[in-house]
Amino acid sequence: MNTPLLGIEELSVGFDTPEGKARAVDRVSFALERGETLGVVGESGCGKSVTALSILGLVPSPPGVIESGAIRFENSDLIGSPPEALRRIRGRDIAMIFQEPMTSLNPVLPIGRQVAEPLMVHRGLNRKEALDQAAQWLERVKIPDARRRMGDYPHHLSGGMRQRVMIAMAMVCRPKLLIADEPTTALDVTIQAQILALMVGLKQEMGMSLLLITHNLGVVAQMAARVVVMYAGQVVEEAVVSELFGRPFHPYTRGLLRSMPDPAGRPDGGSRRLSEIPGIVPAITEAIVGCKFAGRCPHAFGRCREQAPGLFDIAGGQRARCWLSRFPERRRTDA
Amino acid sequence: MLRYLAKKLITLVALLFFVSITVFAVLFVLPGDPAQIILGINATPEALAALRADLGLDKSFWGQYREWVGNLLAGRSHHSIHYKMPVFDLIVDSLAVTGPMALMAMGFAVLISLPLGIYAARNQNRHGDVTVMFFTQLGLATPEFWFGILLILLLSVQLGWFSAGGFPGWAADPIGAFKALLLPAFALGVIRAAILTRLTRSSMLEVLREDYVRTARAKGLRERSVIYVHALRNALIPVLTIMGLQLGQLLAGAIIIENVYFLPGLGRLVFNAIGQRDLPVVRDIVLFMAAAVVVVNFVIDVAYAYVDPRIKIN
Ligand SMILES: Nc1ncnc2c1ncn2[C@@H]1O[C@H](COP(=O)(O)OP(=O)(O)O)[C@@H](O)[C@H]1O
Ligand SMILES: [Mg+2]
Repeated sequence: MNTPLLGIEELSVGFDTPEGKARAVDRVSFALERGETLGVVGESGCGKSVTALSILGLVPSPPGVIESGAIRFENSDLIGSPPEALRRIRGRDIAMIFQEPMTSLNPVLPIGRQVAEPLMVHRGLNRKEALDQAAQWLERVKIPDARRRMGDYPHHLSGGMRQRVMIAMAMVCRPKLLIADEPTTALDVTIQAQILALMVGLKQEMGMSLLLITHNLGVVAQMAARVVVMYAGQVVEEAVVSELFGRPFHPYTRGLLRSMPDPAGRPDGGSRRLSEIPGIVPAITEAIVGCKFAGRCPHAFGRCREQAPGLFDIAGGQRARCWLSRFPERRRTDA
Repeated sequence: MLRYLAKKLITLVALLFFVSITVFAVLFVLPGDPAQIILGINATPEALAALRADLGLDKSFWGQYREWVGNLLAGRSHHSIHYKMPVFDLIVDSLAVTGPMALMAMGFAVLISLPLGIYAARNQNRHGDVTVMFFTQLGLATPEFWFGILLILLLSVQLGWFSAGGFPGWAADPIGAFKALLLPAFALGVIRAAILTRLTRSSMLEVLREDYVRTARAKGLRERSVIYVHALRNALIPVLTIMGLQLGQLLAGAIIIENVYFLPGLGRLVFNAIGQRDLPVVRDIVLFMAAAVVVVNFVIDVAYAYVDPRIKIN
């Protein structure tokens, strides 16, 4: 088997906060194959964005510190890379689009120029060539009348159009990996579907890998081949999509799925804030003995509160961070 | 864009009108009879009355105001009582000192404050930042004239690099004239740089947290372009306003620094004219000073629209 395109190993990221050290990402590991779409799901605040930003070395520091772990991308460890080497990878081999199209584009620069910039730094194109390619890309992401709009500023565009511009900007250098951090969360339902369709099309055309971060299980079901579920900074379950939806293992995953209305129903169904699991997520500044989900888990037993479970293999590549994998008899059928 | 400009232009005219009335009214009620000053205390009442009529001082408030503004609009200069020459020429002569000095001072202020502010922001709460902030605090607390005197003592008296004051005139000695303005401009610039540095720093800190700066980094741009293109352009927007105010103020003359350096600038001209009750001079200069501030702000508004494209819509 080839080495994966991206391999995150035991990544931990902390933030210095007034309340103490906050472990935003806690020994997270997952891998992404070439051409694969991997979904990362979890409630808001569970560390999805910080994980993604770590890949590009963009965790704001201070206060953020990558405490340990490795991020292997094409045989090099990004964490140990000198800043200049990492900069060359950003935008060229790994591109990223963000949740907030309204604030992610520079308000005082024309969009054409913003899309063209990666071509100038990474491909060494001159301004004219870069702008020309940028215009082609704006056409490709279906900005109407793209050539005439090159000189427009972000405030001239709607949220959906801005996200298209962000996608064009991410794609111009034909990256091997696209990280999309909740790319449709801030958009209207109909626009969401269009943007997702656009991403699917581009991904197939370019053969790139996609790391799709979302808290919307509907989006994962539609887009991803494999899913990583995160809770309180940790990976709690990993499985291919059919297994995750067919036989979820972790009680948290099950809760997520239950809180998701019929996936065939309203397309925005899964974007509800997963409030159906009772209890609250522990503060990340808290030191927790045992499983971080134990306080909310209907099946929790003694072991869960004493010792943190590892990520155990279940079957066929499915993994879950849960003691039930060792003590299946403890699963309560009524819950 | 045109509508924005038109709106600003209308405001400009209205503001100038308002300023002219205020200036006129204040000087109208000010005690001191110019006719008496010109003719001395021994003048006969007839002579005084004749001169008042000559100067138009016997007319009503509105009559005098109309005459004053009418002359200005028609481009007819009033005459200085003391200097016996057109006020217009007096202003042009002193502006030849104050104008270049103001521009040089702002040049110094910008050259000092932008790099320092950016540096401090990028090293927030570290040694470099703390040091910069310490010196800006010092700059805020330092009176301009004191710093001016310090520069004279050090660079003119001790080291003999500059003359200790005075102005040889542009025509007679251009290099000497330039050198004569260098120290006072530096003194003015450094003091203004203190506030600009702090402003640049805080504006930059805010902008560096923005999502679009993260986007710029995510694209793999060099740190240089991230800071100087993506961040600075946005950070400059609030700084520009203060720069404009400062430039307008400087164009209106720096009375104290001009006195410290014996420079025949606008500040000294108006200072002397007030002492001499040279009403036509005072009136026109004060209006000119106000106009300078208003016009510079207009220019800044236009520059604003250039830096911030969002302005054009509303
Ligand atoms: N700049 C920061 N300073 C302090 N804490 C942060 C910062 N960014 C993120 N965090 C913390 O890290 C945790 C994970 O955040 P994030 O990765 O943004 O969550 P999400 O899964 O919603 O993307 C959150 O608890 C958040 O409070
Ligand atoms: Mg997030």
